[in-house]
Parts: sequence; C-alpha cells; structure tokens
Amino acid sequence: MRNMKKAGKKMKLTNKAEKKKKLKIRRYMPYYIMFIPVLAYYVIFRYIPLIYAFIISIIKYQPGKGIFNSKFVGFDYYLQFIKSKFFLRLIRNTLAINFLQLTIGFVAPIILALLLNEIGRKRYKKLVQTVTYLPNFISSVVVVSMIVTFLSPSTGLINNIREHLGMERINFLTEPRYFWIIYTLMTIWQTAGYTAIIYLAALTGINSELYEAAKIDGAGRWKQLWYVTLPGISSTIVLMFLMKVGRVLDVGYDTIILMYNPSIYSTADVIGTYVYRRGILNSEYSFGSAVGFFQSIIGLLLVILANKLSKKYTETSLW
Amino acid sequence: MKVSKGRIIFQCFNYTFLFLVMVICLYPVLYVLAASVSNYEFLAKGKVGIIPMGFTLSAYKRILSYPMLGRAYFNTFFYTIAGTIISMLLSALAAYPLSRQPFPGQKFMSKVVVVAMLFSAGIVPTFLVVTKLHMYNTIWSILLPSAMSSFNVILLKNFFQQIPYELEESAALDGCSQMRILFKIILPLAMPGVVTVGLFYAVAQWNSYFPAMLYLRDRSLIPIQIILRDIVIQSQTTDLAIDLVKGSDQISESVKYATIIVATLPIMLVYPFIQKYFVKGIMVGSVKG
Repeated sequence: MRNMKKAGKKMKLTNKAEKKKKLKIRRYMPYYIMFIPVLAYYVIFRYIPLIYAFIISIIKYQPGKGIFNSKFVGFDYYLQFIKSKFFLRLIRNTLAINFLQLTIGFVAPIILALLLNEIGRKRYKKLVQTVTYLPNFISSVVVVSMIVTFLSPSTGLINNIREHLGMERINFLTEPRYFWIIYTLMTIWQTAGYTAIIYLAALTGINSELYEAAKIDGAGRWKQLWYVTLPGISSTIVLMFLMKVGRVLDVGYDTIILMYNPSIYSTADVIGTYVYRRGILNSEYSFGSAVGFFQSIIGLLLVILANKLSKKYTETSLW
Repeated sequence: MKVSKGRIIFQCFNYTFLFLVMVICLYPVLYVLAASVSNYEFLAKGKVGIIPMGFTLSAYKRILSYPMLGRAYFNTFFYTIAGTIISMLLSALAAYPLSRQPFPGQKFMSKVVVVAMLFSAGIVPTFLVVTKLHMYNTIWSILLPSAMSSFNVILLKNFFQQIPYELEESAALDGCSQMRILFKIILPLAMPGVVTVGLFYAVAQWNSYFPAMLYLRDRSLIPIQIILRDIVIQSQTTDLAIDLVKGSDQISESVKYATIIVATLPIMLVYPFIQKYFVKGIMVGSVKG
C-alpha cells in the first residue's frame, strides 16, 4: 500500500517534469522551426560536402559508378599528393604568400589606422577613410583587370614610367619572381582601408584618461603609443591575426586563378589553384577532394594551435 | 598647450602621407574611367592619365550594341537582388534564435554556424553536391550554395542583441507569435543592422565570379563579371569576346575599360550612401566578433 502510494507520487512527479519539459519545448518551438531551413542549408551545402570530401578521397570515385561501387583505396590519394613533385612547391608558395599577408599585409592597416587616429580634422579623417575603403568594393575581377592593364608590357603605366627612367620594359605577370609581391601589394590595396576601420573602432574605445595619466607621468608621444595605444588595441590585433591564420591555407585562390598563367606556376600555384585545376578542370574528383581535405585539416590545426598559444600568452582567443 | 616642433613635422608628414595613400587608392579607378572615354591613339601611346584625351563615347556605344552584355548585366542584377533576399531571410532565421536568451538547443545552433566558418569542405565536394542536386547550370547554383555566410549571421545576431529583451517579452505576453515578433518588431528595430548585412551580401554577390565560372555553362545565364574576365583578363576566345574586342580594331582597348566601368558603376554610385552602414557594420561586428 505504502509502496504504491510512493510509486504514485513518483509518477506524478515525472508527469510534472514532463509537462514542464513539454511546455518548455512548446515555448521554444518557433525557434526550432525557424532553424530548420538554416540547418538544412548548413547540412546540405557545408556539412554533407565535408563528409563527402572525406569519403571520396579514400575511394577511386567515378561519377558513373556511385560511391558504393567504387574501389576503396585508403589514403593513396593523400600519399600521391605528398609524394608528387609539386607538393613542396605548392606548400612553399602557399606559405610564402601567407607569410607576406601575415607580416606586411597585417601591419599595413594597423599603421594606417594609427596615422588616421592622429588626424585632428574630422573631415579629413573621414575623407581618407572613405577613399581608402573604396577598393574593398571593387570585385577581384576588376582589380585583376586593372593589374593586367597597368602592368601590361606594351601599354601599361608602370612600364611607361620605367621606359621614361631609361629602364627596360618587363612583363611582370610572366616573371615568376614578381608574383608574390604583386599579389601582396594588391591585397593590401584592396583590404587595408577596410581593416583599418576595425582598428580605428578599437582605438576610439581607448579611455582618454589613460592618455592624460600617461602625460602627467611625463610620457611622450612614442611612449604613449607604446604603453597606452598598442596595449589598448592588442586584443583586436590578436583576434584579427587569429582570423587570418584561420584562412592561412585558403589564400585567395579565386583571385590567383585570374592572375596566373603556366609561366609563373612556379611561384603562383597554391594548393587552392592546384585543387581547382586537378579536381575541377581535370575532373579528378578523388584526388582533388583529398588535397582539399588535407588543406582543411592543416588549416584547422593551425587555428587551434594559434588559438591555444594566444589563450596562453595574451588571454585573447576565438573561442 | 605648446605644440612641439616634432609634432608639427609629424603632422605635416602624416597629412601628406595619407593624401598619397588616397591618390594610390583612387588613381587606378580614375585612370580606368578616363581611359574608357579616351581616343585609342592616345591610349596606345600611354598618354592618358586621369584626364581623358580625345574624348569619345565610342567604346560605350559599342558595348551598348551587344545584347549579350545587356543580358549579363541583367543577370547580375537578378542574382544580386534574389540572392540578397534569400541570404537575408536565412540569416535572419538563424540570427534571431541565436540572439535570444539561452534556451535548450541554442548551443547546438551556434555550433552549426560557427564550425562551418572554421572548416570548409573545399570546392570539389561542393561542386559534386551541387551537381547531384541538379543545380549545375541553373540559377540555383549561384543563389543557394553561397547563400549564407556565418560571419554575416554572427554580425546580424549582434545587431539583434542590441534590442532590449523586454520588448520581445511584452509582445509575447500580448500573444504575438515568434514569427511575428521577428518580422514585426525585431527586423524593423534592427533596420540599420539588416541594411548593413544585406549590403554585405549584395556587394559580395555583385562582385562574385567564381561560382558562375564553376557552375554555369549556358551563356545566357552568366553574370557581367564573367564577361569582364573573358575580355579583359583572358583577352579571349568566347564568341562574344571576339566580337566585342577583337572585332575590328582600335577601340578594343577602350572597350575593355568601358566594360570595367559599366560593371563597377552601380557600386560606385551607391557607395557614398551605403558606406556609413558598412563602417557601422564593421564596428558592431568587431566589438563582439
């Protein structure tokens, strides 16, 4: 009898809990329903391709045959890529271009923001900001078009200037040694103004009392820069750096595809462009997927590593 | 307060330097503009700077006489408008739940969005999925695969979060459904944010060429950026390009410049007006990134 009563009480309790749960779910139901199309998008266009990439990369995929009838090859394609004569070249180019992006390309907008921050006239500041931001709105096709015309050996502006100065005309876009610097300068031109705005936002967030205090302590401009300004935007700098590292292997291959040609593959060919040529143009789906997947994994590891290091030393992190 | 000599020198340098930076940013654009309305002879001799020489509109006239170009232009407009609507709708549906008070399942939702940002599948499998879905060579291949950007979703979420929670609560008490709250209260109140993120999507879509190169074979579907690539960068091969540029001659060089201008003009025209939204967007995005 007693036991039964207890059991009944228990049931009542669970009923109540269940009801509460149901109520909760009903309350949040609209959120879940809203998220269905979003989830569908991410699953179909982001996560299925991810799984697909891995599966295809370990079989000898032929579109006619389908996944299940294709031969399993394990990590053959990965090994084939690592052993190929292009492997080192691709890694070197990808890393070199990124190194330039993470050094010159990274510092340029910070300097621009610091200089802009020193401008007292609001209107001039605004003007510079607006004008330097403009290139960010120009499509990469147009930017590359401009580069091609400016660097043209016959009519290009740069070569006209060189001729004036008594130097010979150079076909920049067919000379391997110029590619890295051209690409770096181009991306700085495109993005420095945009990125500078982010730093400016951080700069305006610095408490002006800190500067007053520094002045009272007798700190000059340089010292203020070093002890107040830079620490004030350091977390933004670290965050921006981490975000850039996240895309390390993913250099703008879609822009490079527009710029390069076989005569400068030796410096311009990066992993992304190689995947495009082999995987899409040659329809080597399995090989292309393997290289792409390899790239994604390395990229992910790099971000995780950078994030860890940053958490440890600067207390700023992406997650 | 006394201004030191060093400070004055620095400011002089600073103003001049930033002026030069502006020149570098603007010069290419102005040059292309000038070149597009200049006579070919001056162009070939490299005499054109940012001031047109031998003013002529013949390049634009030639462009106008090619229906293909008009078609591509229309396509770009269509992709931009339709794409932005789809993108905004999906992004709002994602950002709204993420911006609310914590509830069971919210963490999962946010993981879905963020993980995609860190880890991408690469072009080959995406290409295969799009092909499998029979989207290859259809407008959907342009509109859907790149419809959402996780970065923009987070940005929109940040904008939504600035709206006081109480507003939504009282609306809910009045018996307003969540969908209505989103469309009648949140979206209108977060209008600056909605406009900003919408513009991010619109500009990206207007400027994009890669998906079109990957998925579109039908010449009647291609956007203007592809035509631009064909005639300016690859100096190429397609029927249109041959007609337009190699056709007869002389003004072909100006035609290239004119096409660049035509493809960029709409953005340049609205830029002064939309610019402030972008700045705002960047700030909100970077504050809570």
